[in-house]
Amino acid sequence: MFHVNHPVLYGLAALVILYVLGQSVFFTVKAYQRAREMGMSKKLLASIMRGSAIFSIAPAIAIIIGIITLSRFIGLPLPWLRLSVVGALTYELPAATSAASALGISMTDALTDARAYATIAWVMTLGSFSGLVIITFFLKKMQRGLMTLKAKDEKWGAIFMDSLFIGMVSAFLGMIFSEIRTGIKGWIPVFVMVFSSLLMLIFGYLVTRKKIAWLENYAMPFSMLGAMAFSIPLTAWIGG
Amino acid sequence: MSLYEQKIHRWGRISGILALIMFTAYPLLLSIYFKAWPYLGALGKGLLGVIPIFYTVGVIEAFTYGPMLGAGGSYLSFVTGNITNLKAPCAINAMKVAKAEPGTPEGEVISTLAIGISSIVTTLILFLGMVLLSSIAPILESPTLAPAFANILPALFGGLAVVFVSRNWKIAVGPMAFMLILFIVQPGLASAVSLLVPVGAVFAIGVSRVLYKRGVI
Repeated sequence: MFHVNHPVLYGLAALVILYVLGQSVFFTVKAYQRAREMGMSKKLLASIMRGSAIFSIAPAIAIIIGIITLSRFIGLPLPWLRLSVVGALTYELPAATSAASALGISMTDALTDARAYATIAWVMTLGSFSGLVIITFFLKKMQRGLMTLKAKDEKWGAIFMDSLFIGMVSAFLGMIFSEIRTGIKGWIPVFVMVFSSLLMLIFGYLVTRKKIAWLENYAMPFSMLGAMAFSIPLTAWIGG
Repeated sequence: MSLYEQKIHRWGRISGILALIMFTAYPLLLSIYFKAWPYLGALGKGLLGVIPIFYTVGVIEAFTYGPMLGAGGSYLSFVTGNITNLKAPCAINAMKVAKAEPGTPEGEVISTLAIGISSIVTTLILFLGMVLLSSIAPILESPTLAPAFANILPALFGGLAVVFVSRNWKIAVGPMAFMLILFIVQPGLASAVSLLVPVGAVFAIGVSRVLYKRGVI
């Protein structure tokens, strides 16, 4: 009998996640070997890997909350799979909602109809392919184009890359200000962001002026965690 | 293109195609096993509700993040997901610490290494989270911690902003001011922030081009 937490579903999800884990390990090992060939020190690489691991902890825990949210409706295996690979909650939730509303069912209770579940799983899967398809089939071409651009004018190539990053950061910064017209509560994300920036500046000062070199690798994750922690008393105080 | 880069592209393509097959395997095998095929009408309607927006976002993300994350990093992060809120910032941080520029051979390997480790750690944490769900759910969902998780993006981008403003404030000022005004005037855009990433990028490239031509940067 079908139910949303059927062992077969766990098995299928585990299979796909194991594949993706294998791919991650493969690329990590290859990049590590290449970095060693290029003369990067083991110490630097170890510190990069430690920093990346620590950096990932808080966002990964936030993803678990996404799994919990979705699991009430479609069980654990599907959200576990979807949020371990490809997806982000910003996509998976609307996809599940879109499928549920097409089926005319509410998302407040656990699903019991296998065909409705299959419909949702298919929508979540097929709706998320475009980025991966483009990267798989066209990335090489894109990289060639980028190399030509850089070969023509190296300085402009570097500025171009910086501009791409700044474009991304500025869009998210703008979003953080989107609720300020709703009153003081709407400023909470702004204060959290400013606090994170301040921490980053302090860490930067400690790294460059006080020569605390090891801190450099952790400046970003610590700023993020610090600002997240800061948001708790801040929200309590403002009354979010 | 170096031998390593050529190999990365080959591995990336093969693993990308395999990933597409694996992702489809989940709904396909469950449909076969439970003899439960989707309701076609609802499938069509459901897809219609997501494809116009999310295919556009996917294409845009591919063209924005592809150059930033390098070949290995892109192949990996488009399979493992959570790019904006995790993989891209993680790679940026690693390249900064290693003093490797994005788009260079050094940036390429560091970005791949960071994204690889981030993917492995995330997968393990999600696995642990799932196994321990009943004991950690009350903690993670407690009202006390709720603001911390609600504010993860501001906490992340506050630090990142410092990195980029300090790198090149002349490029950063224009796009940031533009986005601030845009979102304050049109708060509803917050739900479409992914679509505004390329708008910000194009704006930033435009501003940079003008400044570059005038010799300001």
